[in-house]
Amino acid sequence: MTKNLVLIDHDGNKVAKSAAELATFAKRAGNAIGLLLANSGSGDSLAAQLNGTEFERVLIVENDEINRHGIAAATAAIAQIIEKEGAESIFIASSARGKEIAGRLAVRLKSGIITDAVDVASDLSTTQSVFGGSFSVKAKLKTPLSIITVRPSSIEPVISTSNPTIEKVTVAIDAKDKLVEISASQPPVKGGRPDLTEAKIVISGGRGTNGNFAEVEAFADLVGGAVGASRAATDAGWYPHTHQVGQTGKTVSPQLYVACGISGAIQHRAGMQTSKTIVAINKDPEAPIFDLADFGVVGDLFAVLPQAREAIKSKRS
Amino acid sequence: MKIAICVKQVPDSWAEKKMVSGRLDRESVDAVLNDLDEYAIEEALRIVEPLNEGKETAEHTITLISMGPERATEAIRKGLSMGADSGILVTDVALQGSDAVSTAKVLAKTIESGGFDLVFCGTESTDARMSVVPAMLAEILGWAQLTFAGSVKVDISANQVEIARMTDSGVENMSAKFPCVVSVIEKINEPRYPSFKGIMAAKKKPIENKTLGDLGLASSDLSAWSEVVDSQPRPPREKGLKLEDSGEGGAKLADYLLEKRLV
Ligand SMILES: Cc1cc2nc3c(=O)[nH]c(=O)nc-3n(C[C@H](O)[C@H](O)[C@H](O)COP(=O)(O)OP(=O)(O)OC[C@H]3O[C@@H](n4cnc5c(N)ncnc54)[C@H](O)[C@@H]3O)c2cc1C
Ligand SMILES: Nc1ncnc2c1ncn2[C@@H]1O[C@H](COP(=O)(O)O)[C@@H](O)[C@H]1O
Repeated sequence: MTKNLVLIDHDGNKVAKSAAELATFAKRAGNAIGLLLANSGSGDSLAAQLNGTEFERVLIVENDEINRHGIAAATAAIAQIIEKEGAESIFIASSARGKEIAGRLAVRLKSGIITDAVDVASDLSTTQSVFGGSFSVKAKLKTPLSIITVRPSSIEPVISTSNPTIEKVTVAIDAKDKLVEISASQPPVKGGRPDLTEAKIVISGGRGTNGNFAEVEAFADLVGGAVGASRAATDAGWYPHTHQVGQTGKTVSPQLYVACGISGAIQHRAGMQTSKTIVAINKDPEAPIFDLADFGVVGDLFAVLPQAREAIKSKRS
Repeated sequence: MKIAICVKQVPDSWAEKKMVSGRLDRESVDAVLNDLDEYAIEEALRIVEPLNEGKETAEHTITLISMGPERATEAIRKGLSMGADSGILVTDVALQGSDAVSTAKVLAKTIESGGFDLVFCGTESTDARMSVVPAMLAEILGWAQLTFAGSVKVDISANQVEIARMTDSGVENMSAKFPCVVSVIEKINEPRYPSFKGIMAAKKKPIENKTLGDLGLASSDLSAWSEVVDSQPRPPREKGLKLEDSGEGGAKLADYLLEKRLV
């Protein structure tokens, strides 16, 4: 059986949805072992959230130095656990942090790396969607250890009836991995809405909102969606940068993506064009977003969104 | 202070891409300077320019480093026309199709041989889109990693760099002593357009060409740890419905979403 580690993503209080998804991929290939890097005293409550996932074991490293010194310190901790466990693969959720850790691990452990996989088979071969979704590439690593980052929401996690066993483990962080000192951190502002990369529905607003996201938010709330934004909207300060969708923002692939007042620049497309269904609302019939849209409305988002909202409400009741 | 900036030549984002035997066919598309690297050049220029002001010969310099085919000279030349001082291009047949770890190894060797204090990078190359090379460089060089910077402050008297790291996990303020690898996000500045004077000056700026051998590397030092098993173009999206809103666009949209059970 292949021994597969999963780095569990969390924000200090809450485990990310990706953990159960990665457990499902790991289990497909063999054993699924979770690895939690946490501040002292917070490991157990995080681990408890992994009951009902496919992890057989969860290893907890409680070490405050990891949060204080960043990516290099996290890499050091993970590398030690990989070696101790003799793991043959490590799965990490694709994010800025996840990919950077994966990159450093690849150098440190002389192992191959694949980023942004959307599927992983039982032999650890991966599928990636490249060039904005225009190509699908199957690849496999040739080193004894496979380092794979996987896009969140790529699989429906399997629910398990058993709970993982919990083990505490320790690591030592050398001075060479403590060159960076983190003095302050502010987590992203979270409203009551689902996380962009975790949501099944994403409603995004662009320059066409003219700074007024109320209609976009109201529609998102009605359908239980997350709110995204184009760079034009985040640059203008209309919406937090953590909500930007696109090349330099998040990559999302929801069941439904609704682009409101967004022209569809190549950099925006790069983050959303693998969405299953794409809807566009735009005043300009020539807007390139319509080339991608399964359903397009040429019109004013301030007229179309409230009407659609009322219609959905009345048909539902 | 000597700053190196890693810049990559990439296919134009708007160009249609083709794959030949599992690799991007780079010959068939226009090549440009990775636009995310322009932000790194701009930021380094903004750090160096005030320090050099009034000095006869620039004490603080910027060198652009690129690994790529000969035509990547054009990308370096563009950066020189923005104001960087010199360039180094590493070209070798053995580097064709090399993976991220090999790229980082080659760039790290080039950086080591140049005696730099700081390395600037973009956060991502628009073709590979891995966002791993800067972190790998820090790992190989054993330098501090200050990546995804939304702001950079360099204090040369204290040999210290401070950044605000801005990612989807929020904002983190961090600092480290020289030497460091810094990558910058596209929100940090607005890159300048090369001026006519800059373009003319760039023609005379030196670009050094190096091979793997010049760096003391052999092709056996390079990794080829991944293998593309198959690559397929995705079927194009089916043409969708498009309707003009003449008063009932919202209601029709609602019907579509409900019918398809999307909401
Ligand atoms: C290095 C780099 C990285 C980038 N990264 C990203 C990225 O990650 N994400 C991203 O989104 N962009 C990114 N961009 C920017 C991208 O090129 C575009 O500038 C941006 O996506 C445009 O945003 P927009 O569509 O909201 O604005 P615009 O292009 O100005 O489009 C606004 C649209 O709204 C429509 N409109 C106006 N009013 C209304 C109304 N009342 N109702 C309906 N429609 C209306 C208009 O017809 C127009 O089509 C990047 C650019 C660069 C150079
Ligand atoms: N071949 C290359 N030559 C020079 N710099 C590179 C090269 N590849 C990547 N880089 C640098 O690394 C950054 C991130 O690239 P990547 O990890 O490929 O997404 C880029 O913005 C460049 O600064």
